[in-house]
Amino acid sequence: MSQPTIKQVLLDPIFNNNPIGLQILGICSALAVTSNLKTALVMSIALTLVTGFSNLFISMVRSQIPGSIRMIVQMVIIASLVIVVDQVLKAYAFSLSKQLSVFVGLIITNCIVMGRAEAFAMQNPPVLSFFDGIGNGLGYSAMLIVLGIVRELFGAGKLMGYEIIPVINDGGWYQPNGLLLLPPSAFFLIGLFIWALRSWKREQVEKPSFKMAPQVSNKEAY
Amino acid sequence: MSSQKESTARTLTVALLVCLVCSVFVAGAAVALKPTQLDNRLLDKQRSILAIAGLGEPSMSASQVKELFKSTISAKLVDLESGKFSDAQNPMTFDPLKASKDPKLSSALPGSEDIAGLKRQERFSTVYIVQQEGQLETLILPVRGYGLWSTLHGFIAVKGDLNTVVGMGFYQHGETPGLGGEVDNPKWKGLWPGKILFDEEGKPVVQIIKGSVDPQSPEAKHQVDGLAGATLTSKGVENLLRFWLGQSGFGPFIANLRAGEA
Repeated sequence: MSQPTIKQVLLDPIFNNNPIGLQILGICSALAVTSNLKTALVMSIALTLVTGFSNLFISMVRSQIPGSIRMIVQMVIIASLVIVVDQVLKAYAFSLSKQLSVFVGLIITNCIVMGRAEAFAMQNPPVLSFFDGIGNGLGYSAMLIVLGIVRELFGAGKLMGYEIIPVINDGGWYQPNGLLLLPPSAFFLIGLFIWALRSWKREQVEKPSFKMAPQVSNKEAY
Repeated sequence: MSSQKESTARTLTVALLVCLVCSVFVAGAAVALKPTQLDNRLLDKQRSILAIAGLGEPSMSASQVKELFKSTISAKLVDLESGKFSDAQNPMTFDPLKASKDPKLSSALPGSEDIAGLKRQERFSTVYIVQQEGQLETLILPVRGYGLWSTLHGFIAVKGDLNTVVGMGFYQHGETPGLGGEVDNPKWKGLWPGKILFDEEGKPVVQIIKGSVDPQSPEAKHQVDGLAGATLTSKGVENLLRFWLGQSGFGPFIANLRAGEA
């Protein structure tokens, strides 16, 4: 098997193999933190760093990890990194860490981090794994940022807290769409994003896993 | 090679080593960052107190906030039941929230009194006082209570007459952004200054009503517009204010202050 290059592992996950768009991982946090762009950005940075470094460290010790406890070892490394990120946020971006609340802690259970550790870092050398982690983090970030922009702009008329469209509540003309501020709206948006992505890159469309047989006679209907 | 890698002794060694390294890493970060975090939390609280009391500007730097807070505001501990100042705890380090979970420093609230949904209430609380030439200028009271999803934590500042609102706001809550979360909207918070909290008998009558307040109504001075699409959060804010301004909250303390006996 030929080794993928750094450029490949870094850029592929953004559009060709987007962790949310194609692998449908990490949906939970994508719903929760994207009601405004600022939290989406911080979450993106946090997750990208955690995925990158957890891949790096796991790949460094990959030949030492016994198979029977490999998941637990991965979890311990990921959890430590997440706690450190959480502590750093609390110390240097207090108001943002308040808004992100539990979701930084929940990076531990984010499938993207675990998935990349298990699928990539366990088989590849450290530097390449590190960039694979960063790349997947960027793929996640791309989705979060798009969601954050759409939800904050049309849900609150703002971007990064600055007013873009004057909303009626503040004396403007725009009636904001309250649904966009609620988590379920991210489902619709992710769906639309995946649709757009697959219309652009047709090879991502999955083959149907089964096909309905044509009805042979109409007898059974009676 | 592979059989050696999978042996029990080796598995245990690896597990132990990984845990050891990770715990040192995590503990190190936690200890190293602790002072900055505490500092941040305090700063955040001071900033919101200043904002609610109408002092300073939102764009102040950290050192300006600390300076202004130190020079204008003094924290005092109040015994809620007797309504008098108390020296039982250090007001700078006393944490009302922590106290409300400590059986020694709090008591359970009976359901009929517990309109703010607190379940337990602390016996002491910290109030913040702005004095000018020995006269009480502004009194800032901590308030909290349940909205729709979450407990709202905030402050209400009243003028020296102990009746007129200077400002009201929450520094922590988890209400729906855009709906209940509009309690943070500066425009809504701007409706509060000038409102009258108590009626002639000293009962808290402040009210959040559905729709807009009719300025002609005699009740208008007690009323604030409700938040559109957030009936329960509005109701929660009204209940928590009535609770903390009432007999189980700061009522006795305010009465004492009025009589000059606190």
